[in-house]
Amino acid sequence: MNGVHDMGGVHGLAPLVIERNEPVFHEPWEGRLWALVTAVSAWGRWNLDALRAQHEVIPAADYLRASYHERWLIALTEIAVSHGLVTREEVESGRPAPGSPKVVPPLQASMVIELRRRGSPKTRTVERPCRFNPGDVVRTRNIHPKTHTRLPRYARDKQGVILSLHGAHVFPYSNAQFQGENPQPLYTVRFEARVLWGDAANPRDTVCLDLWEDYLEPA
Amino acid sequence: MSADPDHPHAHGHNHDHGQEPPSSATLRVKALESLLVEKGLVDPAALDTIIDYYETKVGPRNGARVVARAWTDPAYKARLLADATAAIAELGYAGFQGEHMVAVENTPAIHNMIVCTLCSCYPWPILGLPPNWYKSAAYRSRTIIEPRAVLAEFGLDLPDSIEVRVWDSTAEVRYLVVPERPDGTENLSEGQLAGLVTRDAMVGTARVRAP
Repeated sequence: MNGVHDMGGVHGLAPLVIERNEPVFHEPWEGRLWALVTAVSAWGRWNLDALRAQHEVIPAADYLRASYHERWLIALTEIAVSHGLVTREEVESGRPAPGSPKVVPPLQASMVIELRRRGSPKTRTVERPCRFNPGDVVRTRNIHPKTHTRLPRYARDKQGVILSLHGAHVFPYSNAQFQGENPQPLYTVRFEARVLWGDAANPRDTVCLDLWEDYLEPA
Repeated sequence: MSADPDHPHAHGHNHDHGQEPPSSATLRVKALESLLVEKGLVDPAALDTIIDYYETKVGPRNGARVVARAWTDPAYKARLLADATAAIAELGYAGFQGEHMVAVENTPAIHNMIVCTLCSCYPWPILGLPPNWYKSAAYRSRTIIEPRAVLAEFGLDLPDSIEVRVWDSTAEVRYLVVPERPDGTENLSEGQLAGLVTRDAMVGTARVRAP
């Protein structure tokens, strides 16, 4: 979607603040929240693409006003409600609804390190042949889906060159909507900075994006 | 404020803890955690373990070991540039948000720099969770259109003769910048070299300096 999260090239958002000796979490609640995101996601009701998409539907003014961890708090709450793990009333009261059953959490402390280290690879084996090869000139599609996309606005309808192929990866557009993984070739595409930003850009500079085959057409 | 190898000229940051009432976020997260625990949806001990993982098990020291190995072992460096996921796993680092790693090498002709304009994707197993500036609207919006201006604010002025190559992390591929080994470090051990490699150098917003 053409949301405020798609920030590449936007002017005037905020000054850059570089903090020294930054802790991993600035406040204890940030760590607790971060752990909650991991532990609740272990129920497997949603996927990472859906979780990212949940950030993108935060109303624009709220998105910009909120801190990174405040956005996560909003996204986690909303996705947990919409997938039925908790109700809105429970979130507001902070207490389980009367008579709601107590379940057993899928993520136990003893499993945390192993599961973090195992990760969640997004590569899949597919029959689909690759349409492009390194060195091919491609053009990104001029698309404006109202749902989750990983093709930023600044890189739409732009010509670039295939730099490398990463095999078939889960496609966020369909996966975020729970419409299947639709795995397909993922390429790194290299663009001249001047193609994206005009003559003000340094003629030597380049920008690389990882783009799924459905985002690309032959140039 | 003590010396920070990443940010010799950066802004300070002060919080006055202890005098204020708990913030709204503190109360909301506490309420959410208590609800989720009471319903049996999360295990409180697992939460502590997750926090410990992000505070002590992952961080830039992991990536620094990878870079120092690449600097001292040409065969390792070749493996790292060919298949970074496997080469990083050789040193014991793998996992969530590092499943598909690519290492990009800085040279006298090319300076690489990493951003995620759409959210804040970052290679957690080797760099830990990202710093606030990486997640900021300023970095996400500006790096892609004016990388040289952003680099200058980090204290790095690059001549026009160098290509600045910005990598926008739009998929699940995560990037490690292999910075240039500084002159005058020929006699340092791999461990000593690792001590020089900063997080910012591995994101591409700094160079590594000789001690």
